[in-house]
Amino acid sequence: MNWLWSNLDRVGELMLVHLALSVPAIILSFVVSVPLGWLAHRYRWSRGVLLSICALLYAIPSLALFIALPALTGFGLRSPVNLVIALTLYGIAVIVRTAADAFDSVEADVRQSATAMGFAASGRFWGVELPLAGPVLLSGLRVVIVSTVSLATVGAVIGVQSLGSLFTDGFQRGIQVEIIVGIVATILLALVLDWIAVFAGRLLMPWSRQRTGRARANSAEPVTEADPA
Amino acid sequence: MNLLLEAVAWIADPAHWSGAGSIPQRIWEHVWVSAVVLLIACAIALPLGAIIGHTGRGREVAVMVSGGLRALPTLGVLTLFGIWVGIGLTAPIIALVILAIPPLLAGAYAGFESVDRRTIDAARAMGMRESQIVGKVETPLGMPIIVGGIRSATLQIIATATLAAYIADDGLGRFIFEGLKTRDYAEMLGGSLLVIALALVVDGGFAIAQRLVVPAGVQATRTGGLRAGPVRSRAAVGEPITEGNHK
Repeated sequence: MNWLWSNLDRVGELMLVHLALSVPAIILSFVVSVPLGWLAHRYRWSRGVLLSICALLYAIPSLALFIALPALTGFGLRSPVNLVIALTLYGIAVIVRTAADAFDSVEADVRQSATAMGFAASGRFWGVELPLAGPVLLSGLRVVIVSTVSLATVGAVIGVQSLGSLFTDGFQRGIQVEIIVGIVATILLALVLDWIAVFAGRLLMPWSRQRTGRARANSAEPVTEADPA
Repeated sequence: MNLLLEAVAWIADPAHWSGAGSIPQRIWEHVWVSAVVLLIACAIALPLGAIIGHTGRGREVAVMVSGGLRALPTLGVLTLFGIWVGIGLTAPIIALVILAIPPLLAGAYAGFESVDRRTIDAARAMGMRESQIVGKVETPLGMPIIVGGIRSATLQIIATATLAAYIADDGLGRFIFEGLKTRDYAEMLGGSLLVIALALVVDGGFAIAQRLVVPAGVQATRTGGLRAGPVRSRAAVGEPITEGNHK
């Protein structure tokens, strides 16, 4: 524990560095994935292609990707940009599939009603499909938050500073506490970001709280209510 | 692109294909460690997931364990066990088993839970014992999801086994760390390409396996779009029941 008190500054600093690596990657992957997921949902031909690319990408071991990427992008091996790109790619690999499912979960009836009410394609996307896909998109984002924060630590072995540096440093110097602090700090960071995402989700989608888990039951009701002759 | 060519040249170099520390030897080490870890992790996680999925007891625990363990940074777990256990293969194997359990548990549990309750009730009504329900109904029907769990666990193991070379100097990851030490980019990239190739080949194998384990009877119903169909027919089925409620 003494180690922690005398190195509190360093841990805090690495936490900020870690945030600077993972937050841009999380946001970027979300922003890129939503339109890709919509594309996969909308056009059947693109679905197979996009989802297989994502599955392949996801299968690539992280350390290998961190090292192979500079050969393609030209950024230095120890450049944080390299790591952010790699983390973004992994994030995309996860969210695109979820995003496609999220848009699929918007019922065709709802979509048709929106069109019937006079929504143009773009207005329908922003006003109807995106909000309704929101809860599922959020669940994908939460998975990516946890995995990105944890994956970013791997960069430490190729020399990109992050909370992972506590692992490499602790291992080389044989300081067990340092590694444990690193693990706890990484998990804490993931939890805090996850909590922020959930909180933002509640603010942006106040309707989702009553709906979650019962979405299917609810959506079936209007149909049966309208039916009795 | 030049860098890639150099890496390919490094892989193709005959000197790297024989003797101690050759490419085939490292591939063999990598595959061997991964297989051992997968077997141990399967022996722990699959029965546990089956019990939880079959009885429905301990669901929260399973969800928490598989979710919580996922947040564990792999490098942290590896280095921690490296310090505790010391140099050698034991530390990475323990760490890898721990990291492989969440996806396996989640897959087994989700696979069992995915089986329609009515199918299980029908099996029970036909006089099947619990062990028969598990063996003849739930396992085959849940198999695609269970294999999916094994697939992601295996990919995770292969990836983390690469990283494990940091503490144990074993497997394909060794090329990467040797290259990092000597600043030989061709070697690290060559090692990385080999790891990527191994992961993709294994993933492809599992993709085929996942398709093969779908029971023939299920295959017929599955191909016809899961979304559009059932929603409509379910509403129609519900009609006579709700009519009574509306009076």
